[in-house]
Amino acid sequence: MGLHGSSTVSLNFDQCEIPITQRLGAEGEGYKIALANLNIGRIGIAAQSLGIAEAALEHAVAYAKEREQFGRSIAHLQGVSFKLADMATEVEASRLLVYNAASLQAAGKKCGKEVSMAKLMASKTAVKSAIEAVQVHGGYGFTQDYAVERFFRDAKVCEIYEGTSEIQRVVIGNHLLRD
Amino acid sequence: MNFTLTEEQEMLRKMVRDFAKNEVEPTAAERDEEERFDRGIFDKMAELGLTGIPWPEEYGGIGSDFVSYVIAVEELSRVCASTGVTLSAHISLASWPIFKFGTEEQKKKYLTQLASGEKLGAYALSEPGAGSDVSSMRTQAKLEGDHYVLNGSKVWITNGGVADIYVVFAKTNPDEGNRGISAFIVEKDTPGFSTGKKEKKLGIRSSPTTELIFEDCKIPKENILGEEGKGFKVAMMTLDGGRNGIAAQAVGIAQGALDEAVGYAKEREQFGKPIASLQGISFKLADMATEIEASRLLTYQAAYLESEGKPYAEASAMAKLFAGDTAMKVTTEAVQVHGGYGYTKDYPVERYMRDAKITQIYEGTQEIQRLVIGRMVTK
Repeated sequence: MGLHGSSTVSLNFDQCEIPITQRLGAEGEGYKIALANLNIGRIGIAAQSLGIAEAALEHAVAYAKEREQFGRSIAHLQGVSFKLADMATEVEASRLLVYNAASLQAAGKKCGKEVSMAKLMASKTAVKSAIEAVQVHGGYGFTQDYAVERFFRDAKVCEIYEGTSEIQRVVIGNHLLRD
Repeated sequence: MNFTLTEEQEMLRKMVRDFAKNEVEPTAAERDEEERFDRGIFDKMAELGLTGIPWPEEYGGIGSDFVSYVIAVEELSRVCASTGVTLSAHISLASWPIFKFGTEEQKKKYLTQLASGEKLGAYALSEPGAGSDVSSMRTQAKLEGDHYVLNGSKVWITNGGVADIYVVFAKTNPDEGNRGISAFIVEKDTPGFSTGKKEKKLGIRSSPTTELIFEDCKIPKENILGEEGKGFKVAMMTLDGGRNGIAAQAVGIAQGALDEAVGYAKEREQFGKPIASLQGISFKLADMATEIEASRLLTYQAAYLESEGKPYAEASAMAKLFAGDTAMKVTTEAVQVHGGYGYTKDYPVERYMRDAKITQIYEGTQEIQRLVIGRMVTK
């Protein structure tokens, strides 16, 4: 659907021999290693989501200012400008959650909950912004002549990989009930 | 923006939280039911210095900043949104324009009394026919010798009737729109000035909302706030900051409702286990917490920008829009988590839900926030 410039494949191992020195960490500790980098990975995807959402907003704003209907630019219509206002507000909220999570992580503080919040909200915002950006472009937004259809396709995976949105909610819910 | 609060801000939060828990929460439901304003609570806030958080000590304040101020409004609103807005209107709407536009004499006289909490403040802009469209206001102020004579009425006045000092907007030139408006400081006992109808409201019922009536009300010429004809700017700039206070109120209401919902979900058992262990409930709580955290960061960012002397109108509009919508959504969900019990007055969440609605309406409706933000992003 999206991320066509990034390759996603399956890997096959058939009697594949690797030297023992290539083992990362102790035997049986792989699960711990797999989960250890979760925060950083999720912050990365949250930031990716944020970038997609910002780009969708920028393209929508630029198009709205330039596209004329009823004798003036559609940016002057509240039906369009209120949509842009909501997108901008949600992008800003997502940005603060992402930077807050990254800043806690950088300071070496516990931030599992904040990271999941950032990933959950930013990915949701990316999908919503991208859909709305296509909407602001009308039929043109549905074509590959404009970038917003690509943002639309790229955004969706942010709610899926590195822990689905449902998993982020499990993490946040556990924190709320435990803390 | 610095994402870590200072030690001073953390200490203030703890102090306000303790005060709210011990002095405000115990009577919150009762004051709501009786629609009763309690000046004693305001007086205690004054003793703690809360009534003058952002103002310099030379004007009776405690010399802190706007982040501390929004933290205080948030913590008060977490247990009682009425108390939150009493402080927000006092600081953001009444004291702020005097600090920003007042002469040295006005600041010495009025800001000092407000900051110390000796006097309570209010702000009077709206009229029956002039809500979002401020320029259509009809209250007039005519200069006669050493006095301005005010005639007209104002509505939706928070702290109306109980406040001592009012910042009032009126037309000094009725033929002009926005450029005909001027701002004035009016003391409560001024002859010709009276309180009209007290509104019966859905929420924030222990914060009085009244009409104000001016009938040949003479106020000294030197009580004009800012220049004649520049009142529109005073009104709008005041609201930019006021929105931060309302955003903070909304964050507090939402957090209070989430606290209740989490507590109830852990305790309430169905199907042999606490409902918190059902994903239908815990996912709801997770969404609520995430939106509150985003609202809080937006609110602190706007307050931080204001404290740093940077432009904050767009940030405060975003904070108010997002936090107000979050408060409405979160309180509705908190009632839902409580089921039938949430619909009764045995639990505070019904009050939170009623209180939340006003944050989408006052100090600029959500539609006005979108207008402000939409203009700025398409500029």
